[in-house]
Amino acid sequence: MIQRSEKVMLEVTTDWYLTLAAILFSIGFLGMMIRKNALIMFMCIELMLNAVNLTFISASKHFGQVDGQIFVFFILVVAAAEVVVGLAIIVSIFRKQSSASVDVLNVSRG
Amino acid sequence: MVEALLFFAPASLIIIGALIVIFAKNAVHNAMGLVMTLVSLAIIYITLNATFVAMVQMLVYAGAVMTLFLFVIMMIGVDKKEQTTESIKGQTFLVSGVFLILISLLAYVAISSDFKWDLWFPPVEFDTEGTPQLIAGVLFTEWIFPFEIISLLLIVATAAAIALAYDTKKRKSNA
Repeated sequence: MIQRSEKVMLEVTTDWYLTLAAILFSIGFLGMMIRKNALIMFMCIELMLNAVNLTFISASKHFGQVDGQIFVFFILVVAAAEVVVGLAIIVSIFRKQSSASVDVLNVSRG
Repeated sequence: MVEALLFFAPASLIIIGALIVIFAKNAVHNAMGLVMTLVSLAIIYITLNATFVAMVQMLVYAGAVMTLFLFVIMMIGVDKKEQTTESIKGQTFLVSGVFLILISLLAYVAISSDFKWDLWFPPVEFDTEGTPQLIAGVLFTEWIFPFEIISLLLIVATAAAIALAYDTKKRKSNA
């Protein structure tokens, strides 16, 4: 029993990487839900995107194929574009409302 | 042993950085926690034979994206108090419940022997290192169409950011 657990501790399998990615995604989700500042919520989106990237890279290593890394490359570019547009929106909202809190943004409430 | 250390050291840094991102009060501290997470992820990518992606991660994420975040933090100001009133009743309670369910599900999957990725899909024996040569060889042949689309997306995003952030009123009053 002790021998088995030692072996599990020393051998880093793909499961470990996937578990780490899932933990990272859950933390990003939690932050997205509990924070009110739009900037922090953006950072939490980045955390979740990076968790997905980690999944792709570990699967790429697991199957010995390079396609997963190309997907990560595309996700990186899309994330960069998303950050640029999102931060521009936050800045223009801040100019109007002088606040970056998402609770203030209820102008389209029915 | 070295392999385990190369996994657990960056992994703990990733989780600590992520927790700083969601719990720190000062926006600059949040950004620094995110930098910590991204750099540690780049280290993990290197151990997973993805050298090119690790390099791009450092340049694009830890470099460009974080600089952008810090610029916006400077524009908006770090001393703004975040309001803590709940506009949706019981939101924090509900979300914490969902988070606990997610984590306990994850713990079950990680501990139980029914779910072992390596047993379902046996890993390959050889190593494929994601060098720039190899990535480029696949990217510019098989994936050339998505690559062109993504370049278009970048141009559109740049134009959109300029259009959104351009303060027309201020410009007119200055002129």
